[in-house]
Amino acid sequence: MKAIVSVIGKDRTGIIAKVTGKLFELGCNVEDISQTVMHGSYFTMIMLITLAEGLAVGAVNDALSSVAEELGVEIRVQHEDIFNSMHRI
Amino acid sequence: MLNQHEIIQTISMIKDQHLDIRTVTMHLSLFDCISESAARTADKVRSKLLSRAGRLKEVVEEIQSKYGIPIVNKRLSVSPVSLIGAASGGYKEIALAMDDAAKTVGVDFIGGYTALVQKAMTNEERDFILTIPEVLAATDRVCASVNVGSTRAGINMDAVRLMGEVVKRTAELTATSDGLGCAKLVVFANAVEDNPFMAGSFNGVSEGDCVVNVGISGPGVVKAAIERIRGESCDVLSETIKNTSFKITRMGELVGREAAKALGASFGIVDLSLAPTPIRNDSVGEVLEEMGLSAVGAHGTTACLAMLNDAVKKGGTMASSHVGGLSGAFIPVSEDIGMIEAVKRGALTLDKLEAMTSVCSVGLDMIAVPGSTSASTVSAIIADEAAIGVINNKTTAVRVIPVPGKEEGEVEFGGLLGRAPIMPAGKENADAFIARGGRIPAPIHSFKN
Repeated sequence: MKAIVSVIGKDRTGIIAKVTGKLFELGCNVEDISQTVMHGSYFTMIMLITLAEGLAVGAVNDALSSVAEELGVEIRVQHEDIFNSMHRI
Repeated sequence: MLNQHEIIQTISMIKDQHLDIRTVTMHLSLFDCISESAARTADKVRSKLLSRAGRLKEVVEEIQSKYGIPIVNKRLSVSPVSLIGAASGGYKEIALAMDDAAKTVGVDFIGGYTALVQKAMTNEERDFILTIPEVLAATDRVCASVNVGSTRAGINMDAVRLMGEVVKRTAELTATSDGLGCAKLVVFANAVEDNPFMAGSFNGVSEGDCVVNVGISGPGVVKAAIERIRGESCDVLSETIKNTSFKITRMGELVGREAAKALGASFGIVDLSLAPTPIRNDSVGEVLEEMGLSAVGAHGTTACLAMLNDAVKKGGTMASSHVGGLSGAFIPVSEDIGMIEAVKRGALTLDKLEAMTSVCSVGLDMIAVPGSTSASTVSAIIADEAAIGVINNKTTAVRVIPVPGKEEGEVEFGGLLGRAPIMPAGKENADAFIARGGRIPAPIHSFKN
């Protein structure tokens, strides 16, 4: 199962390290990643990940919520089909 | 591969523009629950609802978590109770069982306390309709609806007259909550059998045993999209709304199919209606104003609403294999902040709302009128709306609340039902017309065979 992880918030050091570190702990594989800092300080990162067998999207969301709180950013994990259904025919 | 812009666009729709699935509604047939005993029928209804809908809340919450899309309501809808209870006469017992089951499975409303009397009323159906006020006062979650007209049958004016009295009686029995019972009662013409939205949802007699229908939302998304094209022509406006509707509907279809599969039900339809809420940036009224009106109710409102409704349908039908229900723009006054503000500014009147209902998906919806409004005037309002629906071959409905003991001001219903400024009804009356009863014949263009 594939999911999109989006991280949006104020830029600071260690965002990628902390998020990918947690994903590694969960056994998720990062397949694609794009990251920009807009307007000088607005951090946006989008990752396509493959979830470990048997792991639910909700569980990844829960696990990343403490990382989001620590970093002061918003992190969402959503099954990729919601994006595919909206933007692909 | 998806690009970053597309992903951010979807996230922004959910996060900033209040995109959500308004309702996942499980429709259940109760025809296998009919018996000659009221208690036995009610027991069978309770058992069926609990066994089929027991996992509804859990499944919907899983889908919400998986896709990160809020699903605001989970609801149930059943076969018209006027038919299910006819053999036993135990209408109220069935309603209590429905209310009880709705609370147990954790849904906020259960629809289907319904009679379809567009041509004639049986004695049982008349008895059923007379129980509506008492049932709406005695239950918290049961919603009632009565279909009084159709393009094929004409308008049953005996039922129209009766429903004026039923609306008034419902208001009186729920006077302590400003007539809240009337917010759970819809009078239809051309009612649809697969509508997932309350209060008018029921499982039509030709529907399956267990069907999942989905109602989407999205006024905020449409507003945000058209904010970016200010000053462009109506062609661009229509195209932009179509494109937006397409995306929203695709999401609804995904959720509906997944919910149906997980619940062992059939997937029915996606209802494309733009359903507002009483918060800012989630309002059909605001969309109409963004189209170029200084306020909803201005001359030009009907044209804007017609274009909005049509563009939503065109985008939505491309996006889903099964579109149904009401599918248009809802204009409920109390549930839409743009409408509430327009009424308070004096820009939007009952007469203009009536005109708007000739081009949108429902009708006079969630409108508070003075408590002194007579039963025959309520009937006359219903008759006018039914005429618009029957002649134009579309669904129309009336959900008005004659607020007991109040002539002006505002009433608060809470939650998604919102707050309604009391709107004055016309000063003249149609008492002699309503007293005639009988049936308005079907229009000439209904004879298509």
